[in-house]
Amino acid sequence: MTAPAAPRTASAPRRRGSSGIRGGEGVAGWLFVLPVVLILGVFLFIPVLMALWVSFSDWNGNGSPLSPSVSFIGLQNYADVTTSGGLAERNFGLSLRNNAWYVLLVVPLQTALSLLLAVLVSRAMLRGRGFFRTAYYFPSVTSSVAITVLWLFLFSTTGVVNQIIGWFGGHGPNWFQDPRGLFHLLAGTTPGPEVLTQGKFLGVTWWEWTAGPSVAMFAFILMAIFTTSGTFMLLFLAALQNIGPELAEAAMVDGANGWQRFWRITLPQLRPTIFTVVTLGLIGCWQVFDQIYTGTQGGPGKTTLTPAYLSYQASFQDQKWGDGAAIAFMLFVIIILFTLLQRWVLRDRPVSRRRIRAYQPKGVRHG
Amino acid sequence: MAEPALREPAVATHPPSPPTAAPARRHRGRRGGSLGSRIGLYALLVVIALVYIYPFLVQVSTSFKTESEAAADPLSLIPQTWSFAAYDRLFAHSDFPLWFANSAIVTICVTLGRVFFVSLAGYALARLHFRGRGVIFALVVAVMAVPTVVLLIPKFLVLNQLGLYDSYSGMILPLLVDAAGVFIMKNFFESIPVSVEEQARIDGAGSFRIFWSVVLPMARPALITIVILSFQGSWNELAHFIVSTQSPALTTLTKGVAGLASGQLSQGSQYPLKLAAALLMTIPVAVLFFIFQRRIMNTSEGAVKE
Repeated sequence: MTAPAAPRTASAPRRRGSSGIRGGEGVAGWLFVLPVVLILGVFLFIPVLMALWVSFSDWNGNGSPLSPSVSFIGLQNYADVTTSGGLAERNFGLSLRNNAWYVLLVVPLQTALSLLLAVLVSRAMLRGRGFFRTAYYFPSVTSSVAITVLWLFLFSTTGVVNQIIGWFGGHGPNWFQDPRGLFHLLAGTTPGPEVLTQGKFLGVTWWEWTAGPSVAMFAFILMAIFTTSGTFMLLFLAALQNIGPELAEAAMVDGANGWQRFWRITLPQLRPTIFTVVTLGLIGCWQVFDQIYTGTQGGPGKTTLTPAYLSYQASFQDQKWGDGAAIAFMLFVIIILFTLLQRWVLRDRPVSRRRIRAYQPKGVRHG
Repeated sequence: MAEPALREPAVATHPPSPPTAAPARRHRGRRGGSLGSRIGLYALLVVIALVYIYPFLVQVSTSFKTESEAAADPLSLIPQTWSFAAYDRLFAHSDFPLWFANSAIVTICVTLGRVFFVSLAGYALARLHFRGRGVIFALVVAVMAVPTVVLLIPKFLVLNQLGLYDSYSGMILPLLVDAAGVFIMKNFFESIPVSVEEQARIDGAGSFRIFWSVVLPMARPALITIVILSFQGSWNELAHFIVSTQSPALTTLTKGVAGLASGQLSQGSQYPLKLAAALLMTIPVAVLFFIFQRRIMNTSEGAVKE
């Protein structure tokens, strides 16, 4: 109680950084954040600016990218991978196609599965809850390298998955060596209509765009779902436990069945968590790198090439630093765009008139 | 590259306070469903759990199988003939121990450094009044939004310019700080009542003294979260080590095992060898996971709580 009075009498106008009980706080504050600021600055801000410069330059990897011999070439690197009509463009197009299918399948499936797991686990009463939670979460702990090695084994020609398919009389593919597109396989038409095989986008025919993920990529898709569902399950579990039972109980009194209660009461309350999970999923899925580096290096037939891996390959293996940096920045833009798009789709909308009316008891309608 | 960030357990911001929700839950649970539907639920949970656990059991047993058996009978959990060839090869005839040591060195340095720097900054941003605090916090949050994959080339460029390429410092320094960690610590320190520090301040303790001997000991739950995240993150890191090192002497486990997977050191498939290597590299994080399991689960439960 007496504490605040002390400094006021000592030095009349109490100012930041002046002497008194809070004296030296300004200096201390800066000293405390200095290591973080320095490291983030040196290894994050400066590098991003440098790479941005490289993406606009003709640096070939020799010497410093800041040396006078390196010159500004505008958008040429960007043009190289998007409109050149060459291999660089086709590779970029293929990597986008592969990753787009990956995102399109992984994000909804992992969100749905993690939500399902969370609902199941939160339903199981006291016994076993901890065990199931641990079991589902464990794959998330392992490194992507270790899990890829395991996956290569499980999905090998004579591996576990194909053995199990064999029980049911099926014949599993040679997963990681199979470049065939999943949708083309299901459709069964091999050559494809001329309309689709003629036109191209980013050096890739429309027919190839519609091929779906290759069998090899599909194995990676399953792996992503397997390893991330546990983490997201924890997020959903936390959210579920924060939802009070009152609303659900009121609905139960009103005669809503389990499915209605979940769909109309629980799910809307989970909206913020769904938003988080989808955002994290989108950001993560557009950056697939470790698995590709460890497993297939983009093969078979470039069907597991992703922009992240392509950016690495262009820079570090082919010494096309400008192309690599340009790909990285375009990937950055893609991630931002998708996050914004998703934000817009999942935004809170005002409830429509029709909807409001539907909820009102008959005869009490206003307006 | 993306996955590690994704897989890290949900960030914890508050000390866990789970028991409040428990009675309501129990109440609801008892009411839910007949015996039959409950058995169905458990059956479903068990089947799913099998799908999640079985691959790892297969991994353990395959690492003790001969190569031919691994190919012929991948499903069985008990090897017909126990073979320790994979482990013998890894420890006696490969660089595996070196990779392990490198990973350990980097992980320990990164974890210690992160815990210290991140909590220092978190404390300053939560409690100390200084000019520019808002700007710095905004920058830290912005940093979290930058996808790591965009940083592959940039990191290499800067390490190269600073002469840190292919050195331990180049491997460790960029990982020492983690924006999410600063965020977690800041939130935690804000949840501690100010009155705790005021007493010490009146007694004449300086900012560092207060931080070190008063506030930090109270931050144990948050610190454990940081330890888990940094250990798991740096142990499992791959992309940064690919672009920051070149010499075999600096190969980490992730880099080494990734090389193994794509065929270095082995002719043929060599699944027992590869799986043994992957298994051994999983053990440290798995041990950490089981020690702090309750904490990991609880902290993430606390994460969304306000």
